[in-house]
Amino acid sequence: MSTTKHATEGDDAVTRRDMLNITATCMSGVGATLALWPFVHQMNPAEDTLALATVEVDLSSIGAGEAIVIKWQGKPVFIRHRTAEEISAAQAVEVSTLVDKESDDERIKEGHGQWLVVIGTCTHLGCVPVGTKSGDDKGEYGGWYCPCHGSHYDTSGRIRKGPAPRNLDVPEYVFANDTMIKIG
Amino acid sequence: MAEWEAVKPQNKALAWFEERLPVLSLVNNVVGAGTPSPRNLNYWWNFGSLAGIMLVIQILSGIVLAMHYTPDTAVAFDSVERIVRDVNYGWLLRPMHANGASFFFIAVYIHILRGLYYGSYKAPREVLWMLGLVIFLLMMATAFMGYVLPWGQMSFWGATVITNLFSAIPLVGEDIRTLLWGGFSVDNPTLKRFFSLHFLLPFIILGVVILHIWAKKVSDSGNPLGVEVKTGADQIPFHPFYTVKDAFGLGVFLVIFAYFVFFAPDALGHPDNYIPANSLVTPDSIVPEWYFLPFYAILRSITFDLGIPFTDIIFVPAKLLGVIAMFASILLLFVLPWLDSSKVRSGAFRPAFTKFFWILIVDLVILTWVGGQKPSLVIAQVAGMEFTVVDLGLLGTIYYFSHFIIVLPLLSRFEKTLPVPESISSAVIKSAG
Repeated sequence: MSTTKHATEGDDAVTRRDMLNITATCMSGVGATLALWPFVHQMNPAEDTLALATVEVDLSSIGAGEAIVIKWQGKPVFIRHRTAEEISAAQAVEVSTLVDKESDDERIKEGHGQWLVVIGTCTHLGCVPVGTKSGDDKGEYGGWYCPCHGSHYDTSGRIRKGPAPRNLDVPEYVFANDTMIKIG
Repeated sequence: MAEWEAVKPQNKALAWFEERLPVLSLVNNVVGAGTPSPRNLNYWWNFGSLAGIMLVIQILSGIVLAMHYTPDTAVAFDSVERIVRDVNYGWLLRPMHANGASFFFIAVYIHILRGLYYGSYKAPREVLWMLGLVIFLLMMATAFMGYVLPWGQMSFWGATVITNLFSAIPLVGEDIRTLLWGGFSVDNPTLKRFFSLHFLLPFIILGVVILHIWAKKVSDSGNPLGVEVKTGADQIPFHPFYTVKDAFGLGVFLVIFAYFVFFAPDALGHPDNYIPANSLVTPDSIVPEWYFLPFYAILRSITFDLGIPFTDIIFVPAKLLGVIAMFASILLLFVLPWLDSSKVRSGAFRPAFTKFFWILIVDLVILTWVGGQKPSLVIAQVAGMEFTVVDLGLLGTIYYFSHFIIVLPLLSRFEKTLPVPESISSAVIKSAG
């Protein structure tokens, strides 16, 4: 204000008014930014979506060498009853040669080595690899093959060839008993 | 900037209104008799107004389609089929909207390529150019989300692949992807938000189009000779000369558009999108609509990590590098005015530039083809080594980036350009004589 005595100190002088202006502007900025959060966060999964987070699967009907696909959280989950050859093939691999270094033991539950449970979306761009059904192309390593961009997975669901950066994810699950698992 | 020429209507009521809100003057100064324009604009200059009209067609057809469409995964697919089969004139409106997207892109691509050839991005039109790129990016987002709405197999898997691109971003990628999905995969929440945004974005585009035209008003149209307007002899009024020329071009364009709408409504689409979305089965190959193919080819061409060779040290994994390359291919165009610093604007006077321009066109055609093929397709076998379509895509990608980052800066330094005419009128009159 031209009538205050601060102005007489020269136009460059910092005044109380500047202080008030800057703090008020900053605080409105902070307030406006915080007010945006509900508009962003509403896009995240809603409570009911989150509540659909677990599913139980009965394994007793899956014979050795067979696999099924079930839906969990909108995504396919592959459950494979591995044969002895498939297990030994998965365990024979030298871990240090892998793209995503995980041993077969880290990807299964102890004492349930015949069961492989992985999320059935390719870690590249999310397609569903084929190889679950008996007639499917299982890829060069006998596991799964992603037709979208050509990723090959082995009998432990590990990436062996192609653009995918990671092994097929293993979801959180527990064995409720020998033939029943709970995913999520 | 051209002078602002106010309109003074004879009619008293109109004059009263005009004084309070000068809309007639606005029209007069943008597309009217009071808009002096270069006298030598050729037919490549039609595609701006064609793109504008396609935007209007898309908004109109989209608004009426929204009156019948249901954004819910349980019924979305059926509601689109119902539009085509049962809604009055739905058989016309739906193909008009779907093919309208393609023709909007055709008009915009030719508009952009015209700008590339005639140097329309150069000073003083950099902001005009950049606003155009913003429109292009918004169009891509709008078209992508629109394609998801019919909830066919390509809708679903296209959405899955594209949203998964964001998971490549370090640290926050997965959170962004969840935020986009509103769940753990592409699902009902995703469909609903895409519908909302697909409705919103065209109006944002409209806003940027207004800025684009405003920037054109400030810097004036470019022209095929690339020399600035000097005297009145270089100009003719926009109306009636270019309104008529634009209208004629529109007639031709709409005949071709109508051919597709009436006789080949699905020619540009993918048959798999007539299979309802199934989250457990991925189609044989996921291909985007034709107008995204070159960018899809760039994305897929990167299959190697960026790191220190023969070690496990990776700076940029292949997936992220592909995503970066795809976005960079467009963002690069924002700095084009500074990459090409040649004083001569028009390709007509730049013989070497013109050759490289046509190589770029061929490169884009190749990338478009590559984007539509299965990645495992082997094109040639040389000494036991397989040369796949992805490798061809990598070559195309390398040329695309080299063109802008290496070729254009070098050309602007070393190219021997042809003599540029003194003015538009002298060149036009000479060629007429």
